[in-house]
Amino acid sequence: MPDLDARAFDGPALDGTALDGNAIAGLLHEVFGTEMTSAIGTCASCGATGPLAECVVYLRAPGTVVRCRRCAGLLIVIARVRAMNCVDLRGLAALAAP
Amino acid sequence: MAGTAVRGRLTWQIATVGEVIDETPTVRTIELDVPGWAGHRAGQHLDVRLTAEDGYVAERSYSIASAPGEPVAITVQRIADGEVSPYLTGELRPGDELELRGPVGGYFVWDAGGAERPLVLAAGGSGIVPLRSILRDRQRSGSGVPARLLYSARSLPEVIYHDELDGYRDVAVTYTLTRRQPPGWTGHAGRITADLLAEVAWPVGQDPVAFVCGPTSFVEHAADGLVGLGYPPHRVKTERFGGTGGR
Repeated sequence: MPDLDARAFDGPALDGTALDGNAIAGLLHEVFGTEMTSAIGTCASCGATGPLAECVVYLRAPGTVVRCRRCAGLLIVIARVRAMNCVDLRGLAALAAP
Repeated sequence: MAGTAVRGRLTWQIATVGEVIDETPTVRTIELDVPGWAGHRAGQHLDVRLTAEDGYVAERSYSIASAPGEPVAITVQRIADGEVSPYLTGELRPGDELELRGPVGGYFVWDAGGAERPLVLAAGGSGIVPLRSILRDRQRSGSGVPARLLYSARSLPEVIYHDELDGYRDVAVTYTLTRRQPPGWTGHAGRITADLLAEVAWPVGQDPVAFVCGPTSFVEHAADGLVGLGYPPHRVKTERFGGTGGR
């Protein structure tokens, strides 16, 4: 678990508790160039499918981490390095744009 | 087309703060004049970016509080030791500039046009904000879709948009107060229960759709409860903002 006693954040609380894909609508749009919270992802670990909006999202990890709500498998990692977003989609077996 | 507003490049732009409205002692609505705003759908977000003098940047995502067609507004809850919300709720003044981008999101949205399913709205704390946009859109569009709202708040003074919500003649609003109840309170107290959900939610046979927004634990509890009542999971749209703020 991410540490919970770091200084408190706000907005969608970035305090280590899990959010969901709605919280990264802007980041996903920035990366993919279109609305992606309603895109359907398929987990490469367990095969579950569902909209990215329903996935588990951690903003306090090093980078933004998206996990499968069923098996907690890692789906997406987005790390901002200087002005560039580095995007790792290896945990997705498929991603169908809305 | 509703979808066209969210297509294309997402760029940061400068908005000007209009009216600010104190909703509760810790919650403020901020109206924003956004040049060239393409319009939004009820339930969408916008991202706010603050840049400190030393170049440190903080970004936060806020639900849009106004209905499509109304001036853009966000409603922000102050988190005492937060980085962004104390500025937005305490220091920002009408006429100030604010950097933002949006609208974003397309999952936790409701479109009045063509909507037929009875609405179940469940809010925990400031999770009421996108649901307020939905309710205002429903009202403004003249949608006849039946709607019920279940709103869980810590105490009565922490209920956001209280007068506005009580003003809806055709929306049954049920409050439950989790921490403190005023003397003589005859409403519900404590966290939402399966019984309360069963009382408020439309029967599954009416083919309803639910929107649930709030702290993560509230959303899990409410969504599981609705699925337990037989709601198909894909008819229970959820949005979690983490923490325990507002509950």
